Amino acid sequence: MHAIEIHQLRKTYATGVEALKGVDLTVESGDFYALLGANGAGKTTLLGTLVGLVNRSSGSEKVFGKEVLDYPEETKHSIGLVPQEFNFNIFEKVENIVVTQAGYYGVPRKQALARTEKLLKDLELWDKRNSTAMHLSGGMKRRLLIARALVHNPRLLILDEPTAGVDVELRHSMWAYLRELNKQGTTILLTTHNLEEAEQLCKKVAIIQNGQIIKQGSMRSLLQEMSESIYQVTFKQKPEKLKLKGFKAEATEDPHSWNVAVGQEQTLSALFEAVKAEDLTIVELNTKGNRLEQLYLNLLDS
Amino acid sequence: MNFQRQKIALETIVRKEVGRFTRIWAQTLLPPLINQSLYFIIFGGFIGSQISEIKGISYMSYIIPGLIMMGIISNSFANVVSSFFSSKFMHNVEEMIVASVSNEVILLGYTFGGMLRGLLVGLLILGMSLFFVPFTIAHPLYFVAFAVLTALLFALAGFLNALFAKKFDDISIFQTFILTPLTYFGGVFYSIDHLPPFWQTISKFNPILYMVDGFRYGFYGINDLNPAFGLLFLLLCCIVLTLLNLHMMKKGYGLKT
Repeated sequence: MHAIEIHQLRKTYATGVEALKGVDLTVESGDFYALLGANGAGKTTLLGTLVGLVNRSSGSEKVFGKEVLDYPEETKHSIGLVPQEFNFNIFEKVENIVVTQAGYYGVPRKQALARTEKLLKDLELWDKRNSTAMHLSGGMKRRLLIARALVHNPRLLILDEPTAGVDVELRHSMWAYLRELNKQGTTILLTTHNLEEAEQLCKKVAIIQNGQIIKQGSMRSLLQEMSESIYQVTFKQKPEKLKLKGFKAEATEDPHSWNVAVGQEQTLSALFEAVKAEDLTIVELNTKGNRLEQLYLNLLDS
Repeated sequence: MNFQRQKIALETIVRKEVGRFTRIWAQTLLPPLINQSLYFIIFGGFIGSQISEIKGISYMSYIIPGLIMMGIISNSFANVVSSFFSSKFMHNVEEMIVASVSNEVILLGYTFGGMLRGLLVGLLILGMSLFFVPFTIAHPLYFVAFAVLTALLFALAGFLNALFAKKFDDISIFQTFILTPLTYFGGVFYSIDHLPPFWQTISKFNPILYMVDGFRYGFYGINDLNPAFGLLFLLLCCIVLTLLNLHMMKKGYGLKT
């Protein structure tokens, strides 16, 4: 079953800005889906039309088979939204924010209190339940947004740049939490600027640019489309010139390190052999940048 | 529409609204009490003692219904306009939009919250006025109907103002330049019988006059205008404002892009 089916979605703002120019997007139930794009590409507008924050100009959008404009109550009830900006009442207590949101979704108060306790404990916010939201750190506020979005047990979780401004440790714990959630059956649609995050978490990906989807498919197939990967190879020696049979190599500012391109048909074993043939010793091997990032930049360039 | 879910959502909004104005009681409930007690002391006590009776009752007694009405009007309006506009300003109105809360429930919840504050303030002023002058209520049904419908009308007006408002200045303009003058010229402190015929005619275009006069009829059984007409007029205004609010919300005005 499709969790999201978007067909020819268009949005033109009153200012005349055409934010979405005929978007087609399908997210299967159970997917962990990444929607990538630069600032102003149309990601947040697209999500806004799904949850009723933005009026679309034309097109159709279905959530679990139901058109969002015809069945607003049912479709909204199946979605949990983690917005990009903190949009809770900063003067309200953490627990109240989550319980109140549950009430808006029609969850009885007793049940709402129990679910809130579980979510705040899972997201390590229980100790802060009586603090006002304004006194939370940035990372805690992000987790509060997640707790609030999950309090009505949605089948589809939409995350709009959930780890923006979050430190590395917290980011990894949030990734683990989201992976577990997806494993339990929640469909997740994630927009992010962090391409490593998308590559780590998502099975499928769509890239949006200027209000249009320019590429979509499985993460694996998209990455396979890349003609080559660049590795930064650090040698024990300082080779002045580097000729590796069958490989393109480029010097870096560090005299020990060279960038080596490994084509899709080539293997790392072949690279090691070519290095050995030159009597060089590798002390470190790193991918130069993130693979998805390279693909993303290639697509934007083209 | 799932009735049970909407009912819980309505309870949630009302609980949140009541929680908000009771938590900050020093800003919401105390100031109108102090204001109105000053009116009682200065207009009713110091000046009123030098003024002859109006329609058979003392000046102090005459101004009580109007002062209660002033409290109801300004507080039911202020509660909704400030709370709903703050929600828009901080974007937490999105919490309700992304949830399955219907427009009708959002409007009803905020309106009910505003009415409760307005009526609570009215009740407190009523209780306080007993310290100044004893009274009995002549027509309890008119008394209650005018109080409730006035609170409803101004809560609805506050919601509409909040929908249109784009900045904090916009929520004070209506109160300062329209609501306050209309309230003062609405027969709180005088009977329109004392005005020259021209100003009597002009006064009859002021909707607040009908509310104050009708409420005073509920109190003492004295009136300048027809109270049944006043109630009908109030009811009609409430219906028009409800439909206007719902129409604006359906279009997403001030809520969606």
